[in-house]
Amino acid sequence: MNLSDSAAAQPQIGMMFLLFTLSVLLTGGLFALATGRAARISSAIGAITSALGGMLGCCAGVQALCASAPLRFDAAWHVPFGSFSLLCDPLAGVFLLAASALTALAGVYGHGYFASWRGKKPLGVLWCCFNLLTASMLVVITARNAVLFLVAWEVMTLVSFALVVFEHEDSSARDAGLTYLIAAHVGTACLLAMFIVLGQSSGSLDLAQMGVAGRLAGLVFVLAVAGFGTKAGFMPLHVWLPDAHPAASSPVSAVMSGVMIKTGIYGILRVLGMLGEPAPWWGWLLIGIGAVSGVLGVLFALAQHDLKRLLAYHSVENIGIIALGMGLGVLGRAEGMPDLAALGMAGALLHVINHAVFKGLLFLGVGAVAQASGTRNIERLGGLLPRMRGTALCFLIGAAAIAGLPPLNGFVSEFLIFLGAFKGAGSTVQLMAAALAVIVSLALIGGLASACFAKAFGIVFLGAPRSAAAAGARECCALMRAPMMVLAAVCVVIGAAAPWAVRALSPAIAQASGTAPEALVIAAAPLYWIALCAAALIVLLLVVALARKLSRAGKPTGQQVTWDCGYAAPTAKMQCTASSFAQPLLDLFYAVLRTRRDEDLPRGLFPVHARLHTHTPDLVRVRLLTPVVRRAYALMRRLRVVQHGRLQLYILYIVVTVVALLLWKLR
Amino acid sequence: MILQSLLGFVAALLLAPLLAGVTNRVKAVIAGRCGQPVLQLYLDLLKLMRKGSVFSSTTTWLFRAGPVVGLASVVLAMTIVPCAGSPGLVSFTGDFILLAYVLGLARFFTVLAALDTGSSFEGMGASREMLYGMLAEPALVIGLVALGRATHEWSLAGMCRGIGPLGTTGSVSALAAAALALVLLAETCRVPFDDPNTHLELTMIHEVMVLDHSGPDFAFIQYTAALKFWLFGALMAAVLLPPAGNPWLAPAATCAALLVIAALVGIVESVMARVRLTKVPQLLVGAAALALFALMIQLR
Repeated sequence: MNLSDSAAAQPQIGMMFLLFTLSVLLTGGLFALATGRAARISSAIGAITSALGGMLGCCAGVQALCASAPLRFDAAWHVPFGSFSLLCDPLAGVFLLAASALTALAGVYGHGYFASWRGKKPLGVLWCCFNLLTASMLVVITARNAVLFLVAWEVMTLVSFALVVFEHEDSSARDAGLTYLIAAHVGTACLLAMFIVLGQSSGSLDLAQMGVAGRLAGLVFVLAVAGFGTKAGFMPLHVWLPDAHPAASSPVSAVMSGVMIKTGIYGILRVLGMLGEPAPWWGWLLIGIGAVSGVLGVLFALAQHDLKRLLAYHSVENIGIIALGMGLGVLGRAEGMPDLAALGMAGALLHVINHAVFKGLLFLGVGAVAQASGTRNIERLGGLLPRMRGTALCFLIGAAAIAGLPPLNGFVSEFLIFLGAFKGAGSTVQLMAAALAVIVSLALIGGLASACFAKAFGIVFLGAPRSAAAAGARECCALMRAPMMVLAAVCVVIGAAAPWAVRALSPAIAQASGTAPEALVIAAAPLYWIALCAAALIVLLLVVALARKLSRAGKPTGQQVTWDCGYAAPTAKMQCTASSFAQPLLDLFYAVLRTRRDEDLPRGLFPVHARLHTHTPDLVRVRLLTPVVRRAYALMRRLRVVQHGRLQLYILYIVVTVVALLLWKLR
Repeated sequence: MILQSLLGFVAALLLAPLLAGVTNRVKAVIAGRCGQPVLQLYLDLLKLMRKGSVFSSTTTWLFRAGPVVGLASVVLAMTIVPCAGSPGLVSFTGDFILLAYVLGLARFFTVLAALDTGSSFEGMGASREMLYGMLAEPALVIGLVALGRATHEWSLAGMCRGIGPLGTTGSVSALAAAALALVLLAETCRVPFDDPNTHLELTMIHEVMVLDHSGPDFAFIQYTAALKFWLFGALMAAVLLPPAGNPWLAPAATCAALLVIAALVGIVESVMARVRLTKVPQLLVGAAALALFALMIQLR
């Protein structure tokens, strides 16, 4: 085969896949909307097209990662300053792959999950929005024109808003949606300002040609962190996240948390590519944000009783880990240490994929649990493992992966960031301080996350059921289980095949860190040992399990109640609850968490009544946002003088304005 | 070299239960008792392996998987620890992170197995274990990072090679070893963090989590605990002992150091009571602070 031919043909195929994906998703969405009356057909069309589109999108992502030159597509678009140009480079490929794969699986899952909604909810609208969300994410990731980017960004926001408030009968969903809408638009405002600065200084709205240097670069970076950080959920900007994820349905939360918030990370990486040589303080800023988001995110997660809220705070934590990696990457670039830059970015990008996998898995698992038991309150669950074996196993793998335990994928990305931090720790004092911040935060996050998921898995799936609803839970349908199993398998595969996973991502890592791929190959060499140890661990597990089997062969096995100090009538209520499991840890961090306790302690010799309710409101919301909003309201109230509801006077305002403008023009 | 590493690994697997016997004998002598045989743990393990099992009817496969995962993880961790002057079987840049996280895996499954019984006592023990683990892990990692910075090596074997007794790293390794000593006591559930001999479910931590295990499963748990003690002891010995030139001196010195550490743990256990539960975090944060000092004294 002619080599130059294949090089020329390759981009074509990749871009064709992407365009085909978009058209499948959009037509599928439209057909689902059109057949909305026949819920069964509409749902099938939606699920099939989202799965098919996702698979095609995966192909496009793989092509973009492998292609020697970025894939391009240009079409005319009658919008001022706009053009429908798409660019698919390796960096976009990573996000494309994550977004397509997860939405495909969530689509399959959704077909099972939404089956109970048939006839009650407009499923056509739901599937249309779902496919639009996927399509808009793909366009955001590949857009090369700033106007196209912002339009796709806005569509993504509005469609995800619609999906958050889909169960609008519930007032909490409406509130969550409103918070999300406001937060998202504050972020978009920052992005608008950022693109104006970028466009002004580079004279083009083509993302591939934009660039700015000097002090303006710092401004653009801060605007990008604020604007994209709102979507990503960086700590002081995360307020919408813990409300929106519980409000949305499970497949939607999986997509939103697994990949939609990653578009913020993508945006920051993309803008970093436009800004040339970074300044060290950018790295410091990202590390600071990462440390705060990571540690506080997991702490607040530990204090939650609602499973989805818990997972939402874990998204903040994982975005923090990604920010730590990006911070090291930026710092390495600024200080001229390519191995540090490559390792930091490698950790960040791999964690983007990993988080999409295990957080998607966990949200789907919670959806199965919530549907089987009718509640997401951890305190009312328990004993689900024997009732939902497949879901439990998948959730366990996801929980161990998100806690960063070997031999699963979460460990690999955290290990890469640790490796980067060691490069920094052996260097100058400034770099060592940054590296130390990363190491301490990661070590703390690791311990707290495993405590949190020991709680989430242990209380929900183990022990005896704490309510009749949990006792009556049944395993979900195969259509819901299959995507979870695929995701769980990916967790294991990425964990065991770590060096090859990193090698597959190396073009994107090289692009994000501005280093040659060789720097990464040398720096990430210990991953081969990690893969070896993962294999050794699996072999050891089998050997020990075999030893256990052999030693128990032919021996008597008895059954008893759990040891309860001889108490004759234990009940499920006497088990350790999620609150009591987390209490020592929460007490330790009371200074930041401020958990409120509302309690009636048992009194007298024969207490009959006792009650404990704990609530941990969001720190930023209570301490920062609410006072600011209240102050703003107080200021705005003064404007009510002009807002009195008298139509005649409003018309007078208009007339006065028009006359004033006229005079100004005539002057 | 690899043969030495392999020998060290096998010696650890075979001799680990001996250390518990030494600790117990020291405690007995101080208390004026004869004490149990030094090889008592071996006898216990053999007896348990021959026994049948009793399971709680609440438990599932996870309860049975707990001891298996625990043992496998700690055996893997043992391959990373350098022993007697030779590197561990597995040695690479950042291997101590794998060590810390593999121990985290063991803890995660021990805690889940405890929660699987649905017992309120075991739940409390699990909660406390997670608290200690979450605080001990940063102390361990920071202590080793301090050694890494001092020696410019980022694998355990490299760090231990780079340590000189009287050189610049002396104070660093002393501080790191002090932090490690506290982590050792916490991770192996010893006084002042936990009392292995306590008889009240409410105050136990590690022991209460394994109340419902019996037979071979319990043997695995006991053996895992013994291995963990050897693991941290060997790590401390490697941090404190200078690299020896003589191939016979290093194993002898390491064995002596392990016996001394076991005896010291026995003495600590005899002369002091465990600290109040609410004070334990302060002790572990203290360990992390020691490790941070080890880093800070290198900043000049």
